[in-house]
Amino acid sequence: MNINGILQIVVYLAVLLLLVKPLGLYMARVYEGENVVINRALGPFERLIYRIAGVNPDEGMTWKTYAVAVLVFSLISGLVVYALQRLQAGLPLNPAGMSAVSPDLAFNTAVSFMTNTNWQNYGGETTLSYLTQMLALTTQNFVSAAVGMAVLMAVIRGFRARSSQTLGNFWVDLVRGTMYILLPLSIILAVALVSQGVVQTVADYKTVPVLQATTYQVPHLDAAGQAVKDASGNPVMDTIALTQTTIALGPAASQIAIKQLGTNGGGFFNANSAHPLENPTAFSNFLELLAILLIPAALCYTFGRMVGDTRQGWAILIVMTLLLTPFIVLAYSAESNGNPRLTALGVDQTSSAIQSGGNMEGKEARFGVANSALWAVTTTAASNGSVNAMHDSLTPLGGLAPLAMLSLAEVVFGGVGCGLYGMFIFVIIAVFVAGLMVGRTPEYLGKKIESYEMKMASLCFLILPLMALDATALAVVLDVGKASVFNPGPHGFSEVLYAFMSQADNNGSAFGGLGGNTVFYNLLGGVVMLFGRFWMMIPPLAIAGSMARKKVVPPSAGTLPTHNALFIVWLIAIIVIVGALTFFPALALGPIVEHLMMIQ
Amino acid sequence: MSAAQTGTSKKRALFESSIVRRAAVDSLKKLNPALMAKNPVMFVVEVGSVVTTILLLLPHGAHQFGFNLQITLWLWFTVLFANFAEAMAEGRGKAQADALRKAKSETTAYKLKSNGEIEEVASSHLRVNDKVQVIAGQMIPGDGEVIEGVASVDESAITGESAPVIREAGGDRSAVTGGTRVLSDRIVVKITANPGETFLDRMIALVEGAERQKTPNEIALNILLAGLTIIFLLAVVTLEPFAVYSGAPQTAFVLISLLVCLIPTTIGGLLSAIGIAGMDRLVQHNVLAVSGRAVEAAGDVNTLLLDKTGTITLGNRQASEFLTAAGVTSEELADAAQLSSLPDETPEGRSIVVLAKEQYGLRGRELANLNVEYIPFSALTRMSGIDMEGRSIRKGAADAIDNYLKQNGDGSGRGIPDEVRATVDKVARQGGTPLVVAENGRALGVIHLKDIVKGGMKERFEQLRAMGIKTIMITGDNPLTAAAIAREAGVDDFLAEAKPKDKMDLIRREQAQGKLVAMTGDGTNDAPALAQADVGVAMNSGTQAAKEAGNMVDLDSNPTKLIEIVGIGKQLLMTRGALTTFSIANDVAKYFAIIPAMFMVVFPQLAVINIMHLRSPESAILSAVIFNALIIVALIPLALRGVAYRPMSAAALLRRNLWVYGMGGIIAPFIGIKAIDMVIAAIHLV
Repeated sequence: MNINGILQIVVYLAVLLLLVKPLGLYMARVYEGENVVINRALGPFERLIYRIAGVNPDEGMTWKTYAVAVLVFSLISGLVVYALQRLQAGLPLNPAGMSAVSPDLAFNTAVSFMTNTNWQNYGGETTLSYLTQMLALTTQNFVSAAVGMAVLMAVIRGFRARSSQTLGNFWVDLVRGTMYILLPLSIILAVALVSQGVVQTVADYKTVPVLQATTYQVPHLDAAGQAVKDASGNPVMDTIALTQTTIALGPAASQIAIKQLGTNGGGFFNANSAHPLENPTAFSNFLELLAILLIPAALCYTFGRMVGDTRQGWAILIVMTLLLTPFIVLAYSAESNGNPRLTALGVDQTSSAIQSGGNMEGKEARFGVANSALWAVTTTAASNGSVNAMHDSLTPLGGLAPLAMLSLAEVVFGGVGCGLYGMFIFVIIAVFVAGLMVGRTPEYLGKKIESYEMKMASLCFLILPLMALDATALAVVLDVGKASVFNPGPHGFSEVLYAFMSQADNNGSAFGGLGGNTVFYNLLGGVVMLFGRFWMMIPPLAIAGSMARKKVVPPSAGTLPTHNALFIVWLIAIIVIVGALTFFPALALGPIVEHLMMIQ
Repeated sequence: MSAAQTGTSKKRALFESSIVRRAAVDSLKKLNPALMAKNPVMFVVEVGSVVTTILLLLPHGAHQFGFNLQITLWLWFTVLFANFAEAMAEGRGKAQADALRKAKSETTAYKLKSNGEIEEVASSHLRVNDKVQVIAGQMIPGDGEVIEGVASVDESAITGESAPVIREAGGDRSAVTGGTRVLSDRIVVKITANPGETFLDRMIALVEGAERQKTPNEIALNILLAGLTIIFLLAVVTLEPFAVYSGAPQTAFVLISLLVCLIPTTIGGLLSAIGIAGMDRLVQHNVLAVSGRAVEAAGDVNTLLLDKTGTITLGNRQASEFLTAAGVTSEELADAAQLSSLPDETPEGRSIVVLAKEQYGLRGRELANLNVEYIPFSALTRMSGIDMEGRSIRKGAADAIDNYLKQNGDGSGRGIPDEVRATVDKVARQGGTPLVVAENGRALGVIHLKDIVKGGMKERFEQLRAMGIKTIMITGDNPLTAAAIAREAGVDDFLAEAKPKDKMDLIRREQAQGKLVAMTGDGTNDAPALAQADVGVAMNSGTQAAKEAGNMVDLDSNPTKLIEIVGIGKQLLMTRGALTTFSIANDVAKYFAIIPAMFMVVFPQLAVINIMHLRSPESAILSAVIFNALIIVALIPLALRGVAYRPMSAAALLRRNLWVYGMGGIIAPFIGIKAIDMVIAAIHLV
């Protein structure tokens, strides 16, 4: 670690936290239907949407109606994405002539984008037409994020309601979140990214001469596809001269902006934000990093404001930040230390004026160790899943950090909306046990936590182990699963574990090293993502519905404060213990043992 | 029957040998899977024990037989220890129930027929509204209300209190309980409960835990524990494929050991014992609750309604000061006051005599020698006094004396002089009751009768405030007096000139704000409020209506006990919370013991995680399993007694309990497992 790297991380966190209050306040005003300036211009358009859709914006929904609306909307979204992929060959805006996507991959991708996961078992520039990218994927990047935020709003309204039945209107929350929050922020970010050189075009892929022409040899094949051998039995080789290359282009900046802001993470290009046209400069990298955590962090303030006690929001933001920082430090220090096996071979991995030092395998030289480690941890903390370095090439401890963030069930910032409502589940458990310890029926924000809430909370925290561990277990015992694992031993195990944790968490980042585009991984992954999203979404809504009906108990000295340092520590302990107890055995067999083997 | 023999004797040793013996047998009976299934955590342990037992008996069980046998035995012990804890808690109740049953023996009742004849019937044949006569020496055959006569009754069978109590027709002391004995006089009792539904029956069912239903918080906690159990089940079941992939397949014995160590067996095993023991603690305080729900509600109470008289203040006012009128000496006033009070047998009257004696050395005189005529207090005149040769002394409320002076004064028609009236107002403002003394038509001054706040009440209210509980004093006094006493006693608020309806309104108002309200009461007019309150504690000395309306009965009829009841409710929840935290915190150490033990064969590098330096993989796993079983036994006393509870704010309590049970829960198993490992090594168990 060096001072330069530490400073970059500190500046990043400082800027992020400074933006929390203004953006949080803005979002609260949007969802409360208050005046936010741009609604004057867009208001008529918003009302037109309601009129066309036949929605009465003033009609409140019960938690069940709200949940049904979310499910119906998501189902339709999924079907549209599936259809566009299957039919893209015959649709316009397909300059590269992409053929129809296979049914299993189309299913996986449709689920992936409708669940805000953006797990990609394909390379965008070699699989999807511009139309599919824009109409199917970019649209889902907006609305799946807006769905997460809408559900959060419903949950927050449940907390603050006083003996009420309704949690707001899903369609209104969906439209407002998209129109007044995600769209304006994306436009600002996209323009900023274009200024840094991110491509935004619908033109054809470009063929350009390479700077240094080169030749290489491939075996000469006969008509049957068999290598032709000469008289002495050696294969006949053809020499190919490489003088030009094709550069994939596309409407990237607009999709990248929302992929970062909406904790989507699905790259326009296969290399995601490591690609020079997706993330060209150190400044574009900073902006994209900032966009990963921006909305999830600011939503904490939105929550505090909406329940009328901003201390509650700050407390949760502090919990998230305190859980994030140690893992950034772990990843950064592990990556800075590099690989001791290489040091033993005489490789100089120290950081100096002429080199960044540390483990540079799989990293972009323009970002270096600090920014790659920071990205790896933030992208797994938020359920973003974009990458600017290859996680498969991280050192074992460097890889443990993102895996650990995934095992904390994506509540450390987490996905837009879903991170915070996931956090509420832990808050409820923490409040419950702490409440018992102070001898009082536990309450949060004045609402009693009773058996119904515990039932729903238990359903929630079951889902990550249920999905991630079971799917990993299946993959490592079945031959169809093992066939895709390219690396043997603990590292290969980490790859499979990471893949399913990422999908169960709706994160979408990949460790790599796993041939994911098989029928087995496409289907199993799709199911895992579906449950990971919606099983995690319905119980918080049910809790909100039940909380909304309850009376508010006025606070007294006997009330457990949920905004002080003690509670913050306790909540952190609960999150870490539940995550660690669930995943310690698996992590021990993956990165931990790999690390121990490396330093031996 | 002496108090020591009764069901509610105050102290019972924690591990009484008869209870322990019975509990040991019961813990075997409780292995019945149908019973175990009610407790998901321990049910998983039992299933695990059965599986290992079967595997042990299979032909290839011979591999590592000694180790596998020990694991299997300790798994069974884990189940048995948990059953034992529950049986211990129940056993204490059963012992009390047995004692109570003795009081419930069949007696002969003397039923009064409508024509006035007496018919002898068995007490079990009595029905509601039957009238029975009970005379000195007889047992009261059933619960009922005295409708005729007055008697002293020995209620020690129920209350453990050997001093007899007075029961009389009408008023608030009319309820009698079946199984108690009339010591003197004759009463006629109207039966209010059919056999099998009497107070004694309910009490027996209650202490035995026969009708014990899980309380809301217990259900919620059970759900959480079941959720955790499923998570660990998933973690362990999927660990086998991971292990196979890693080239280190595990035996079922090891996997089940890991599972049992991880699932929250400590709290799972002790949970029902904690609940039963909580009720038991209440019974030991001589309070009967109709349900565990009421006990939990007591812990949640936000507002306590306390009657002033008897709860906050001593039942009676006492003279504290003589305040003279102009031109009157203190001795004169004291002398007159004492003289007028000598025949007055009320506590107030006696306190005046005592004060005069203490302050001015005036000794009580034998009035018989003085040819005195005593004028007793009457509701009409609202004053009392004496007439003797040359002296006519009256004392009473200011306006009563004022009237008296106007009519029988010096003829001027003047009442109390202004300066005396000022004194009267001053006393009233201070929360006292002013009694004006007049002699021969002249006001001598004022006696300050003071409500005496019970010792230590102020501190208790402060503790309650620290716990976030608001206290409201209920009194029939005027607001001025009430405010002064409220200030002196340190209650948060008061309701003056309270009528039963006001009390009811107050409860509803508090409840509408989401608060839980507790109150005590004894009279029939308290019954609606007792029913409305979340925790209503009826005094055993009170009416049947009150007892039925409340959800607790205090056998000692001590209104102050409400504060202890709140403490017991809180202690019950705290014990559950503390042991849950402890149980989960324990898992950290168990992972450090078991995970390296499982995989060190393939990955010797994992030895680094074996921070306890346990001797061998087998020893590590066995130590963890043994620790897991023994900790249940070690914590039985804590489960039965409850965690130490001191009133303090929620934040302070949490900090304290997190240190003790959270930190302690992380550290204790490291020490315990290491110690057991050393013992295993020393005696070569594996």
